Amino acid sequence: MLRLDRVTKRYGVGAFGGTTFTAVRDVSFAVAPGEVVSLIGESGSGKSTIGKMILKLIPVSEGSITLDGTDIGAFARRRRKEYYRHVQGVFQDPFSCYNPVFKADRVLRMIKEEYFPRVGRAEWDERVAAALESVRLDPGAVLGRYPHQLSGGQLQRLLVARALLLDIRYLVADEITSMLDASTRIDVLNLLADLRARGLGVLFITHDLALGNYISAKTVVLRRGEVVEMGETGKVFANPLHPYARRLLASVPQLHARWDGDEDAGAAGCALHDGGHAAEGERLAEVEPGHFVACAGAEGGCAAATDGGRAKAVSHRR
Amino acid sequence: MTLRVNDLKVYYKTLRGEVKALDGVTFEIGDAEILGLAGESGCGKSTLGKALIRMDGRMRLRGGTVELDGERLPIDDDAKMNRYRYHEVSLIPQYSMSAMNPTRRIGRMIRELLESRGVRYADVAEELVRRLRLVELDPDVLNRYPIELSGGMKQRTVMVISTLLNPSLLIADEITSALDVSTQKAVAKALAGFREHGFVKSMIFVTHDISLTYQIADTIMVMYAGKLAEKASAAAIVNKPRHPYTQLLISSLPEVGVRYADKRLSGIPGSPPSLLDPPAGCRFRDRCPLAFAKCAEEPPVTEVAPGHYVACWKG
Repeated sequence: MLRLDRVTKRYGVGAFGGTTFTAVRDVSFAVAPGEVVSLIGESGSGKSTIGKMILKLIPVSEGSITLDGTDIGAFARRRRKEYYRHVQGVFQDPFSCYNPVFKADRVLRMIKEEYFPRVGRAEWDERVAAALESVRLDPGAVLGRYPHQLSGGQLQRLLVARALLLDIRYLVADEITSMLDASTRIDVLNLLADLRARGLGVLFITHDLALGNYISAKTVVLRRGEVVEMGETGKVFANPLHPYARRLLASVPQLHARWDGDEDAGAAGCALHDGGHAAEGERLAEVEPGHFVACAGAEGGCAAATDGGRAKAVSHRR
Repeated sequence: MTLRVNDLKVYYKTLRGEVKALDGVTFEIGDAEILGLAGESGCGKSTLGKALIRMDGRMRLRGGTVELDGERLPIDDDAKMNRYRYHEVSLIPQYSMSAMNPTRRIGRMIRELLESRGVRYADVAEELVRRLRLVELDPDVLNRYPIELSGGMKQRTVMVISTLLNPSLLIADEITSALDVSTQKAVAKALAGFREHGFVKSMIFVTHDISLTYQIADTIMVMYAGKLAEKASAAAIVNKPRHPYTQLLISSLPEVGVRYADKRLSGIPGSPPSLLDPPAGCRFRDRCPLAFAKCAEEPPVTEVAPGHYVACWKG
């Protein structure tokens, strides 16, 4: 289990870091093995910051991230490599992840040199073949080629194959499909679903709600570094309660329905949340089993809370 | 008819030969029509958009004509096109974030732009303020530098500037792809509003996102490997596509209103052919599940229903 517990990230900004900017505030959720969790938010919501903290690219300011109960801070210096055997990331732009001077399969060879120097050639080739097969790449089509000779989808899948060569258990996929065309995007998503079936936990970071809806079992919606709503994907998408989550969902262009004229219902937002939350206690209220909405004052005054009550009544009646 | 494009061929000059990025495309856009231009990267949609306003140094016109309001556009003559640019044909660039001069206040930049086009700033100042208000921008943005505005604000400012002289044709090239969903919606709606207000006569909305095109376009044209695959009303393209490529493309798009659980969508195997030396016949043939012997001949664009054009032997 990869667990985030009240994680906060502050950056120093200004000339001497005199003022701080809180990019992520008090975020808690977990990714279980064999589960895809999507982290949805707009630019500046802190979703990539969370990914980077999990990948130990930047330190956590407050709170903790644990891998099977061990704080990832403990994987320092020599143990760092051990952590990366289990947790790997794939990023947005596959075209700039490769050195154009070298052949693309160099990323695979580097894994061998770094992590498996004693593995024999024949056995390594077998492992590479197996990894390529699991990302549905034809070895003949990608090995020995330069990055510019491969398509974005192939490059992206090669990076996933690279991660699979390690015995990874968790993958942070940060906007991995946003540079790909529609016809290949779905293949990369299906690949994540295959990995899930193999017991891999995936944190799928995206701004595209439709992709999150397609692939993930759990959804976490972020806004300005805070979780506004999270829960099972079906529940969050069918019955979004926080005004922000609603507005976000209403803005998604759909194929068979045009945006209705009813502008930005509930966009005014929730006064309680903009004014900050109660310092102590649970910030997220559980409105139905496995569905949490940001809400400090549960009773009255809060759009999220009252709507939550209404939603409950409806589901009881059914 | 506002725009009439006939068998347009635009190739890119490269060291290895000519890349046939746009290889014989014919279509029309009517008055007050928004045409959504969709397709994958490399299908020629941006080339088409660029060819209509300004060809860059590598682009060569290899055939075809473009008529705007009955007048032939000299698209391969950079100097002669100047008369039409901004007045008749205008463009909203993809990266509005970098489209404005960072060293000028926005108002001054607009003044310089207008004067370079022989228009007096004072004549349009009032209209400029009115239109800024229309896209919910405070006219105070004119006194600010681009860096002081958010991405969505810059995008809307550029939209207002681009359409200030009421062009006959507006080309919007991937203008929402760098924006968040809620900003995207605001920008797309503002764009559709420009047509309602008559600021632009017709529009080409280039995007790779079919679901977004569907929200604002009247007709959608799907391109594949430099050719037209299908063109029809937005509803027909989304609900009753006839070309196998369009069908596969539409069915590969995940949506928010659907519960997938273990249902899987599938992509289109393979990749588009190289346009340096494209194969004869239908260019989608290698990836098409319906391909048969006849596909080795090039399928003509036929009108299968009123306003519904398909280039497929089985369409």
